[in-house]
Amino acid sequence: MAIDNAFAKQSIQEHFGSDLLGHEEPFGLLTIEINPEKLIDIVGWLYNHPELKMTYLTDLCAVHYPEQSGREIAVVYHLHSLPNNLRVRLKAFLPVAGGHIASLTGIFSGANWMERETFDFYGVQFDGHPQLKRILNMDEMDYHPLLKQYALEDETREDKDDRFFGR
Amino acid sequence: MNNLKVNQNGQLSALDTIDGEIATLNLGPTHPATHGVFQNILKIDGERIISGEPTIGYIHRAFEKLAERRPYNQITPITDRLNYCSSPINNMGWHMTVEKLIGAELPKKVEYMRVIIMELARIADHLVCNSVIGVDTGALTGFTYVFQEREKIYELYEEVCGARLTTNVGRIGGFERDFSPEFDRKLRKFIKEFPAKLQEFDNLLTRNRIFMDRVIGAGPISAERALNYSFAGPNLRAAGVDYDVRVMNPYSSYQDFEFDIPIGKDGDTYDRFLVRQEEMRQSLRIIQQALDGMPAGKHYADVPDFYLPPKQEVYSSMEALIYHFKIVMGETAIPAGEVYHSVEGANGELGYYLISDGGRTPYRLHFRRPCFIYYQAYPEMIQGAMLSDAILTMSSMNVIAGELDA
Repeated sequence: MAIDNAFAKQSIQEHFGSDLLGHEEPFGLLTIEINPEKLIDIVGWLYNHPELKMTYLTDLCAVHYPEQSGREIAVVYHLHSLPNNLRVRLKAFLPVAGGHIASLTGIFSGANWMERETFDFYGVQFDGHPQLKRILNMDEMDYHPLLKQYALEDETREDKDDRFFGR
Repeated sequence: MNNLKVNQNGQLSALDTIDGEIATLNLGPTHPATHGVFQNILKIDGERIISGEPTIGYIHRAFEKLAERRPYNQITPITDRLNYCSSPINNMGWHMTVEKLIGAELPKKVEYMRVIIMELARIADHLVCNSVIGVDTGALTGFTYVFQEREKIYELYEEVCGARLTTNVGRIGGFERDFSPEFDRKLRKFIKEFPAKLQEFDNLLTRNRIFMDRVIGAGPISAERALNYSFAGPNLRAAGVDYDVRVMNPYSSYQDFEFDIPIGKDGDTYDRFLVRQEEMRQSLRIIQQALDGMPAGKHYADVPDFYLPPKQEVYSSMEALIYHFKIVMGETAIPAGEVYHSVEGANGELGYYLISDGGRTPYRLHFRRPCFIYYQAYPEMIQGAMLSDAILTMSSMNVIAGELDA
């Protein structure tokens, strides 16, 4: 059986069932929404799976959706199975206040700084991270700048009027 | 001085101290031996490093936040400033990401043109990295030789887009103009002359006993650790893993070209040096093939919403004027969607994770920056090594401050 999106989806579904909250395939990349509490189990299972071999963490970041109450932050993991050339994107939704998720540093050493970056920008707490502190911004900063409530431009500026362009 | 091994280039298993005194050395943020703004707080015992802790973010410019307010065509200049030694690759990667999102069909010619520019950029990047390894071992000559060649590559960029360092080359949908006859002449001259220059550089360093003694065994990493740290690009290949995005997920017609992926064995500074040397030769091969097989056709795709119309049409046709206005004012409608696209940057897999909600700007744009990801292995790679090896390790990893800090 070919190791493809359908196979990956089916195997995860068979093994984790109700912890899979949804799936789609935008641009051919299998995207699975998972129960944040089962992150370590699922990633560890994918890592050790004899056929899937998801042993490469390509990317880790977060997205803020302020209008989704209770699940504002999506932590997005891109895993890659180099032997099969198959990517899987995992998404775990957390509340913006007090949202926390397990750290992947026990599985991927490379997750360390990626999680620090995500904490720095979004304030996501990664449980079990060895050194969760800011990485790109200064330590004294008291907010997480990539959250949507922080407008990029100084709102007191008067020299730019965007009304005419409908924004 | 019992059971103590002071072994140059060696990793020590037990971290014994020479005289029980551990000093703290603040290497950087502005240290003459590091190229760029890097700070490492090192615990050293004599010359030997016990542990190191990097601090990064000195040139953080919040690109991901900036991108959330900029129309798509205005994000290209941001990508220039990631890995500024090979800006064109970053630009092309971004164009391709947007093209993937909007579903643009590109003429073969555009893809071949892009391949030429990207491979030139790879050569320029590797030249800097490898010659700087030479500089850090005390061999400045090679650096001055190859910078003349890098200058020629910059002249080629200039011929295509008018800029040299932060190129902003091409557009979503293609190139603003076709390659000029002058570009063609210069490129053919470069292809003809560069191998001899590269060979000269090779003769200076590759089999040079002094250089080899300095770099063999310096800052090694095993394939398992490198994969676990999500290494990519030449650094991963030097450790013996043949992962190359150009081969595994070909983009921009890379499947049309024949080239080899060099890999190393030990993942040390020497292997990284050799892998980059060979990659430059392979890049040249690709450029030659792309130039010979350059298809006829247009240098831009049919995406009027993104590709600025020629100026004379803007003045004479209503449709072109409207498109021009919409593009310049950033009022182009983008389909909603979520796309990840990656290209093989000079340092490895350069990824763009783009979420569009249909608005004029990205909802979220995340750059997978290879430097940022592999630099975290640096403390592990220098532990137990000599201070001078730590400098070599950093330059051979090709850590670029712009890409590291975004």
